[in-house]
Amino acid sequence: MSVKVKNAEKFEFTPENLEWTKTQLAKYPENRKESCVMPFLHRAQEQNNGWVSVPVMEYIADFLDMPYIRVHEVASFYSMYNLKPVGKHVIEVCTTTPCWLRGSDDVVKACKDELGIGFGETTEDGEYTLLEVECAGACVNAPVIAYKEEYYEDLDEDSTRKFIRDLKAGVAVKPGPQNGRFKSCPFGGPTTLKDMAPKGATFGGDE
Amino acid sequence: MLADKDRIFTNLYGFESPFLKAAKKRGDWDGTKKILARDQDSIINEMKESGLRGRGGAGFPTGLKWSFMPKESDGRPSYLVVNADEGEPGTCKDREIMRHDPHKLIEGCLIAGYAMRAVAAYIYIRGEFVHEAKVLEQAIEEAREAGLIGKNACGSGYDFDVFVHRGAGAYICGEETALIESLEGKKGQPRLKPPFPANVGVFGCPTTVNNVESIAVVPEILRRGGSWFAGIGRENNTGTKLFCISGHVNKPCNVEEEMGIPLKELIEKHAGGIRGGWDNLLAVIPGGSSVHMIPKSVCDTVLMDFDSLRAEGTGLGTAAVIVMDKSTDLLRAITRLSAFYKHESCGQCTPCREGTGWMWRVMERLCSGEAEIEEIDTLLEVTKQIEGHTICALGDAAAWPIQGLLRHFRPEVEHRILEYKKTHNAA
Amino acid sequence: MPTLTIDGIEVEVENGTTVLQAAEQVGIEIPRFCYHERLSIAGNCRMCLVEVTPGPPKPAASCALPAGEGMVVKTNSQKVRKFREGVMEFLLINHPLDCPVCDQGGECDLQDQSMAYGVGDSRYKEKRRLVKEKYMGPLIRTIMTRCIHCTRCVRFADEVAGVPSLGAIGRGENMQITTYQEQAFQSELSGNVVDLCPVGALTSKPYTFKARPWELTNTETIDVHDALGSNIRIDSRGRAVMRALPRIHEEVNEEWISDKTRHAVDGLAKNRLDRPYVKKGGKLQPVSWKEAFDIIAKKLKGLSGDQIAGLVGDLCDAESMYAFKALMSSLGASVECRQDGSKVGAKHRVGYLFNSGVTGIDEADACLIIGSNPRKESPVLNARLRQRWLSRKCKVANVGPDVDLSYKVEQLGDSAAILKDILDGKNDFAKVLKSAEKPMLILGQGALNRDDSPAIINLAHDIAEKYGLIKDDWNGFNVLHTAASRVAALDMGLIRDGGVKAILEGAEKGDIKVVYNLGADELDTTKLKKAFVIYQGSHGDEGVRHADVILPGVAYTEKPGTYINTEGRVQRALRAVFGPGEAREDWTIFRALSEVLGKTLNFDDIAALRQVMEKDYPHFGVIDEKPDEEWADFGVSGKLSKDGFTLPITDFYGTNPIARASETMAECRAVMNGANHTEGATGTNG
Repeated sequence: MSVKVKNAEKFEFTPENLEWTKTQLAKYPENRKESCVMPFLHRAQEQNNGWVSVPVMEYIADFLDMPYIRVHEVASFYSMYNLKPVGKHVIEVCTTTPCWLRGSDDVVKACKDELGIGFGETTEDGEYTLLEVECAGACVNAPVIAYKEEYYEDLDEDSTRKFIRDLKAGVAVKPGPQNGRFKSCPFGGPTTLKDMAPKGATFGGDE
Repeated sequence: MLADKDRIFTNLYGFESPFLKAAKKRGDWDGTKKILARDQDSIINEMKESGLRGRGGAGFPTGLKWSFMPKESDGRPSYLVVNADEGEPGTCKDREIMRHDPHKLIEGCLIAGYAMRAVAAYIYIRGEFVHEAKVLEQAIEEAREAGLIGKNACGSGYDFDVFVHRGAGAYICGEETALIESLEGKKGQPRLKPPFPANVGVFGCPTTVNNVESIAVVPEILRRGGSWFAGIGRENNTGTKLFCISGHVNKPCNVEEEMGIPLKELIEKHAGGIRGGWDNLLAVIPGGSSVHMIPKSVCDTVLMDFDSLRAEGTGLGTAAVIVMDKSTDLLRAITRLSAFYKHESCGQCTPCREGTGWMWRVMERLCSGEAEIEEIDTLLEVTKQIEGHTICALGDAAAWPIQGLLRHFRPEVEHRILEYKKTHNAA
Repeated sequence: MPTLTIDGIEVEVENGTTVLQAAEQVGIEIPRFCYHERLSIAGNCRMCLVEVTPGPPKPAASCALPAGEGMVVKTNSQKVRKFREGVMEFLLINHPLDCPVCDQGGECDLQDQSMAYGVGDSRYKEKRRLVKEKYMGPLIRTIMTRCIHCTRCVRFADEVAGVPSLGAIGRGENMQITTYQEQAFQSELSGNVVDLCPVGALTSKPYTFKARPWELTNTETIDVHDALGSNIRIDSRGRAVMRALPRIHEEVNEEWISDKTRHAVDGLAKNRLDRPYVKKGGKLQPVSWKEAFDIIAKKLKGLSGDQIAGLVGDLCDAESMYAFKALMSSLGASVECRQDGSKVGAKHRVGYLFNSGVTGIDEADACLIIGSNPRKESPVLNARLRQRWLSRKCKVANVGPDVDLSYKVEQLGDSAAILKDILDGKNDFAKVLKSAEKPMLILGQGALNRDDSPAIINLAHDIAEKYGLIKDDWNGFNVLHTAASRVAALDMGLIRDGGVKAILEGAEKGDIKVVYNLGADELDTTKLKKAFVIYQGSHGDEGVRHADVILPGVAYTEKPGTYINTEGRVQRALRAVFGPGEAREDWTIFRALSEVLGKTLNFDDIAALRQVMEKDYPHFGVIDEKPDEEWADFGVSGKLSKDGFTLPITDFYGTNPIARASETMAECRAVMNGANHTEGATGTNG
C-alpha cells in the first residue's frame, strides 16, 4: 500500500538482533507491532554505527509493515536518532538551566577545547562527535555529560578535561559523579537514611 | 523532619542493591498476595483515603483517577501506563526509583494494575536512561522468574505483566497522550481530548497513565494503610515526597521529605543551604522548570506543597527545586528554558509551534538588552496568546517561566535594556 | 440529541456533532484551517477556538469538541476575537508576504481570514523561517515557507488517497511537510491536495503563474475522462481552458477529482482538428466543409445500409450520438459504441448500470470486484470504496489480476472459474456475500471484453440473485464503465451484432465500404484501411490514421451536452469555451450533412434535438437522479476461458485523445509509472 522505492544500499539486522526482535514483538498486542518502531530504531542505530540511514528506515518499515514516511517521521521526531553519521564516541553535554547554573559553560568549553570541534560536529578522524542536549534528567548531579549509555556527573572544567583525555587514552572512566560524591546523596554524606549507608562508602569532601 | 521509619524510598541513594533479594529485605513484595486478595474497590478507596496526588506535576488525586477505569470490560483489555519519561528540567527523582528501588515500582504496577483491572503495565522510560532501563528490565525479569508478576502473579490467581518501553528523546512524551502515541510507534504528538485515556488510551483501550513515584508509593501505602500516608503532611497535601534540589545550593541532592516542609528548611537541612548563605538567595523555581519562579521573600516562608505554592502563583509541579543565588543572570536562566521549550515543542499547534520560537528569540535579545521597553509587554502578550490555547500544556509550560520572570523581576529586564541603550548610544 | 446555545441561538443536534458543525447548522461560520469535513479531525491550527461553559476556563477548539447538552458557546465575543487574532498573528509571523506572486492569491483561506483577524502591522521582529521546496511530483508545486502545518494534505494522503507517502518530519518550528524522500506523491488523486491546502504552500504546478482567479470565467460542467461523471468547474480565459476544478456532488464525486480530470485539460489545446480534411492522392488536404460533405455524399451514394457502419468513441455526449444514430438510421445503417470489444448487452438497462449507485458503496458490507481495477478506472469511486473499507464494515474481494487498490482486498485469484465456485458455494467468499446485508459486485470492463463474457455476465447475474444482491431496496449488481459515453450509447441501443470485431472484419473483407467514426480512438484502425473512413472528432489521434475524410468536432468543454454516468445518472454539461477554428459541435455537423444527403434531420437547434431525444428516451430528461431499474434476466451460460482477466486500463494517464495530447499527462506517465524523480531530494537530513 505504501510507496516503496527501494534504496540501493542495504541494511539488515544481525542474526542476534533478529532474535532479539522477537522479544520486542512479544511485548505488544499482535496487531500493534508498529509499537516496535522505536526499539527497532534504537537497535538498528547501534548496529549501524550510531546513525539511522535511509536503508535502516526502510528495512524497519518493511519489517513492521509501516509506510516509509511514518518511520521517517518517528526517526526525525525523536532527538536520539541520528539521521547523519556520527563519530565512534558521541559526547552529549547538557546545557539546560540546572546544568548551566552549575557551570555547564565550563564543561562545554572544556569539551570544545579538548576535541577541537563545536556542537553538532565530528572530529576529522571520525572518532568524536559533540552534541548539545536538553535536560538529561540528572539535575542534582549537574553538570552532566552522557556518553555510551552512562552519565558522568558533577563535572567542572578540570574533570571534564580529564574525562576526555582519559577517553582518548583509552582509560576507563567510572560513570557517575566525578567529584567523589555518592550518587545523588548530598556531597559529604547523607542527611537521611544514614543507617543504610554502606560501610566504607565515601561521600566526597573531607570524609 | 520526616523520620527514616516513615520514608518509603529507603534505597533512594542506592546504598544497597536494587535487586530482589535486597529489595525484599527492605520490605518490598511483603504480603502482596494479601493485598491482591482485597477487592479492587477497597484498594481504590484506600488510595483515595491516603490523599495521594499524582507526583508527575499536575497533582490529580491518584485514587480518583483509577476509579475512572471501566469496572467491566466491553471486550477491550485495560492498561496501566507508567510515565517514566522524566525530563522536566530540575527533575531527577524517578531516575533514582528506577535505578535504585525498581521493585517498588514493579510491585506498585501489579497492585495498581489489579485495582484498575488492567492486563499489563507499560513503563515508558525516557530513552536517555539506558542504565536505568537495564536495571529496571533486570528487576522485572527477576520478579517474573520469582512468580511475582506474570501468570498467577504472587499466587493471587491474577495474570499481569510489566513491560519497559524506551523513549528516544522527546520531552513532550511526558504528556500522557503524547506518551500513548509514542508507545503506539508514532510521533509523540498529544491527542485531542475527549476521548480521555480512561476511555480510549493505548491501543484504543482504557488506560491510566501514572507517574513513577505515584505508582512506587502504592505498595507501602497499602501495607501501612491510607491513613498512615494521610497523616503525613497537611490536608489535601499528604504523604511523603521526593524533592530534587539543584542549582546554587552547597549540596544539591535528592531527598524524601514530608509534604509541606518549608522550602527554607528543605534547602538548609538537606542541601547544605544556599551558596553564600540564605541572604544570597535571589529566586527559586520550586516545581520544575514549568512553574513560575518565586523571589527570596516568598522563599523565606513558603511551604512545599500543592496548595501553598499555588497560593503564591506558582506550583509544586515535580517538586524539583531550582535554586538561583544572587550571581545568577535570571534572564539567561529563563532564556535557556525558552530554548528548551522551543526545542521540545512537538509542532502540532500553531501557538506553541510559532510562539515558543518567538518567545525564545525575544528573550535572547532581552538578555543582551538589545530590545525596546515596549517589547516586554509584547512578550507578555505573546505568552498569554499561547497559554491555554493549545492541545496540551507544553504551551503553558513555555509561557509560565517568562511570566514568572516578568512578574517578579521586570525592573531588572528593563534595566538591561536601558543599560544597553546607554552603552551603545555612548559608543 | 443534545441541545446547546450558540451565540444565543438554541440548536438541537445529532449525537456526535461537533460544536463547529452545530454552529454551521445555525449559519455561524467559525474560521478554521486544519478542519476539513472529509478528513479526520486534527485540531492543530487553533483558529476555531471558542468560549464554552461549563468547562475549564480556557477556550476550546470547536472542531474537536463534541456538542454537549446545555453547553453555552460564544463564537463572537471580544475574547474569542482575541483568540483568533492571536492565532492569526502566530500563523503570519513566519508566513511570507508574497501574496502578489502567490498562485493562491485571491482564493486563499489565510488571506481571507487575515482580512478579518489580522492586525495591521507585525510585532514580529525576528528572522522569518525559510523552508526548502519539496518535490512532490509533476502536479504539485511546493513553496513550503508558506506552509501553516495544518496537515490536511497528510491526512488526505493517508485517509482518502490511501497512499501514505506524505508526512510531517522533524518537530516544533522545524516540522516540515514532505513526501517520503521527496518522491512524487503517487496517487491518481494527488491534485486534490492543492485544493485542500488552505494557503499557497501546495499549488498546481501546471497552472503556475498562468492566471488570477478574478480574470477567469467559471463554467459548471461535467467531466468525461471516466464514466463517473465527476462534477467539475472549468475555468477559462478567452478561448483557453486554464484549469479544471471539482465541484461538490455528494452522490457522485464528493469534492474530489482525479488527476486526469484535473490536469489533462492542457491536451485540449494540442493536436486539435480545426478544419475539415480530405485525403487526396494519399495525403490529407484541408478542404471546405462543403467539399468534405460533397465527397462523403458521393461516396455514400448507392450504398446499402449494411455496407455502412458507425462507430462512437468514449467521450461523446448523448446529443451527438443521437444525431449520429438518426443520420445513420436514415441511411439504413447502424452504430456500434463498444470500441473496446465489450460484450455487454443493451437489452436490459439493469444489466449494464452501477445499480447500487455510488452512494450504495457507503452502505455495502461485502464487495466482489470482477475484472476491474477501480483505482485506474475511476479513482474517485475507488476512494469511496476505500472509505467504506476503512470503516471496517465492508469486506472486499477481487477476482482478476492482483492490483494495489490502496486498501487490502482478499485476492481470490485471476480466473473466471472462481465465479462458478462462488455460485456453487465452493469459495469462502460466498459465505461473506451470503451473510452480508448489502452485498455488491463490481463487474469491470475486464470481465466484459472477453469471448466468454456472456457467460461471466450470466454467472454474475446468478451470484447476484443467489446471494441477496438483489432485494426490494437494494441492487448490488454493478457494472463499472470506463467510457463517459457508454451508458447513453447503450440506452440508445448503439450496438451491432458482432460488435466492433464484425466491423473491422467487414471492412477488411470489403463488405463494409464506409466507416463513419465519431471519436473512437481506442482501437487499431489498421484494419479499416480498405474502407472509406470518415473520422469526426476533436483530436488528431488513432482515429485519423487511416481516415479519408476528417470532420473537426469539438471537445467536451466546448459544447453543451448530456452525459449518463455508470450509475445511469443523467447530467448536463455546459460549454465553457468555443472550439478552435472551424470545429463544430458534432450534432450540427450531422445536421448539416443530413441536408447534403437529402435526409434532413428534424431538429434545428439543441433544444429541438433534446425534445425529440427525450421523446425517444424519456429518462434522458430526468436530470441528476440515480435510476432504480427493475431486475431482469440476462447473460448466456457458456464455457469459461481459462485465461486470466485483462484489465481495461494499462496507462491511466493516456486513456483518450485529450489525455494523450496532454503534456502534463505525459509527465505523469513518466514519473508515476516509471523511474522516480529524485531531483532535489534531501537524502536523510530530516
